[in-house]
Amino acid sequence: MRRLTFWLILGTAIALIGLWAGCGGGGNSNEILIGEYSAMTGTTATFGQSTHRGLMMAVDECNAAGGVLGKKIRLLTEDTQSKPEEAATAVTKLITRDGVKAVIGEVSSSRSLAAAPICQANGIPMVSNASTNPEVTKKGDYIFRVCYIDPFQGEVMARFAYNTLGIRKAAILKDIKNDYSIGLAQYFEETFVKLGGQVVATQAYSEGDIDFKAQLTALKSAEPEAVIVPGYYTEAALIVKQARELNMTIPFIGGDGWDSAKLVEIGGQAMNNTFFSTAYTADDPDSIVQNFVTKYTSRYNEKPDAFAALGYDAGLILFDAVRRAGSTDGPALRDALKTTRDVRGVTGSITIDADRNARKPIVIIAVVDGKMTYKETIQP
Amino acid sequence: MSELLQQIINGVSMGSIYALIALGYTMVYGILRFINFAHGDVFMIGAFVGFFVAPLMVPLVGGSGLAAAVIIMLVSMAACALLGVTIEKLAYRPLRSRPKLTVLITAIGVSLFLEYGGQLVFGPDPKPFPALIPSTMIVNSSFLVLSSNSLVVIGTALGLMLLLRYIVFHTRMGTAMRAVSFDHRAASLMGINIDSVISFTFALGSALAAAAAILYGSIYPSINPLMGLFPGLKAFVAAVLGGIGNLYVAVIGGLIIGLLETLVTGYISPIYRDAISFAVLILILLFRPSGILGRHEAEKV
Repeated sequence: MRRLTFWLILGTAIALIGLWAGCGGGGNSNEILIGEYSAMTGTTATFGQSTHRGLMMAVDECNAAGGVLGKKIRLLTEDTQSKPEEAATAVTKLITRDGVKAVIGEVSSSRSLAAAPICQANGIPMVSNASTNPEVTKKGDYIFRVCYIDPFQGEVMARFAYNTLGIRKAAILKDIKNDYSIGLAQYFEETFVKLGGQVVATQAYSEGDIDFKAQLTALKSAEPEAVIVPGYYTEAALIVKQARELNMTIPFIGGDGWDSAKLVEIGGQAMNNTFFSTAYTADDPDSIVQNFVTKYTSRYNEKPDAFAALGYDAGLILFDAVRRAGSTDGPALRDALKTTRDVRGVTGSITIDADRNARKPIVIIAVVDGKMTYKETIQP
Repeated sequence: MSELLQQIINGVSMGSIYALIALGYTMVYGILRFINFAHGDVFMIGAFVGFFVAPLMVPLVGGSGLAAAVIIMLVSMAACALLGVTIEKLAYRPLRSRPKLTVLITAIGVSLFLEYGGQLVFGPDPKPFPALIPSTMIVNSSFLVLSSNSLVVIGTALGLMLLLRYIVFHTRMGTAMRAVSFDHRAASLMGINIDSVISFTFALGSALAAAAAILYGSIYPSINPLMGLFPGLKAFVAAVLGGIGNLYVAVIGGLIIGLLETLVTGYISPIYRDAISFAVLILILLFRPSGILGRHEAEKV
């Protein structure tokens, strides 16, 4: 009996090793392997789910049209669990074990900053879909992005608060462990002060927190006219909801990290009188956008948010670059990405500048009666 | 001054939720001398039961309101009591005669099973917890804001603790629980059915965790399968802080941790909030392993 068990275990082990070996090592010659690292689970799971769905659509459309260079695109996805350390692990695995030719991800700047040095060191181009912190593409010449950067977003938020809402005294509540949040808060403050406004109080939290009453109580005593929350939707919804319970009825303003249907699902009517900036709106009458919205809605049964659009666009410029490079070699692909010009994406026309960033318009969304509504578009 | 008072109210409502969870840790420790690390995840399941039961209340009692809130809480408590008993039967009972470390590691396994099984079943993204009782302002001045939510949380927690006190000190089952916590073998020689007492303890602790989860969900309306991790750890710190195994001091420990966290966040920096909670745990374990209010080690000899 014991001997039988031994052979059973040995047999299973050999079978598993065989399976594992079969999975690794570059795929077959009719496929181009592209790696994606994405927050499929954890605190910002809707970002990862959205970008993944957008990217899947880009991949399937590309393959349906015959693929690129006569080969099909095969996407390998790794989950970062919304953690920077997992992002580094995921990208290392994609590059060294799976042998992907390019990497797409992440939404969060902290996670992209953890993964970028690994892509750079291995000479594998990385296209971030939505990391807006300027440091991300400074990690090296293999690192690109399809979204705007935070100095621009922070400036737009400050101008919007000062000019449109007439705010003169603002308070900031930022995520102290998040590069995106710290950067955006800083760029907001720079422009806001230059315009003549005043930041009367600053408080901090960290991702995953659920109680913000202590910080809000401290902010409230400084009597601001608006609170800037450059963070992610989960925390933002809880922050605004708790602020309303503390009888703070002033406007709350956020960045693209707020862009998720969960924001109003969690926050409900408390979210009224809040505003945020983002890359795109499904209400845009442009035919490319509407075409994307129709196809996405029929496939996934929900409206695409900005991250779905950016995920799609990241795939779009990468496949465009592979086509122009005529190969999947790291240096050739990098040079092709650098010369991306006027690719018509869902989030606007994409041109990669000398710093490997994309220049894009910004959309302002207002929450009115528990619904996200389009307010205005600001050109770069 | 008004800011401090406001922070204290915030801290007490957080602390009373920690206290409810801490009671579950402390009861199980009192009877079985082991830390049930899956307790925080039972709390998470409690929140999800509430999330799924809440929509059913609309045809039954016409949506939100006091009746709906009470039914949701009772259903969630019953479901978690059943879950607690099942976990104990399947995972801990077969190992009862083994070293305590074995059971402890199994508890961590159960915890991971619930967390990641939860991600599979409920989905990994945060879900909006429904507003059970519409929150109204009771006191609303520039000096102080007091919403009905905070009062409901503190009041319900207090009520449940008094109920628990009654069960433990004034019923036959409570007497049996206390007997078992003194000495398993002596209690069983007196004709007490150890298995049913342990099952009852798990049911009671898990039901309190479910109640805490419903209160927690109504003030922090975003729930996800990993939500039990930190409240569970904090409640564990609270239980150890007071002196694990003692009901009263678990409550005091919960309030101390809740207040400490709120004050650190409000007056120092939120970066140090978790660090200070866990530093407290380390200091207590180093200098007063039986808790600040626990009996002195020498008296036990």
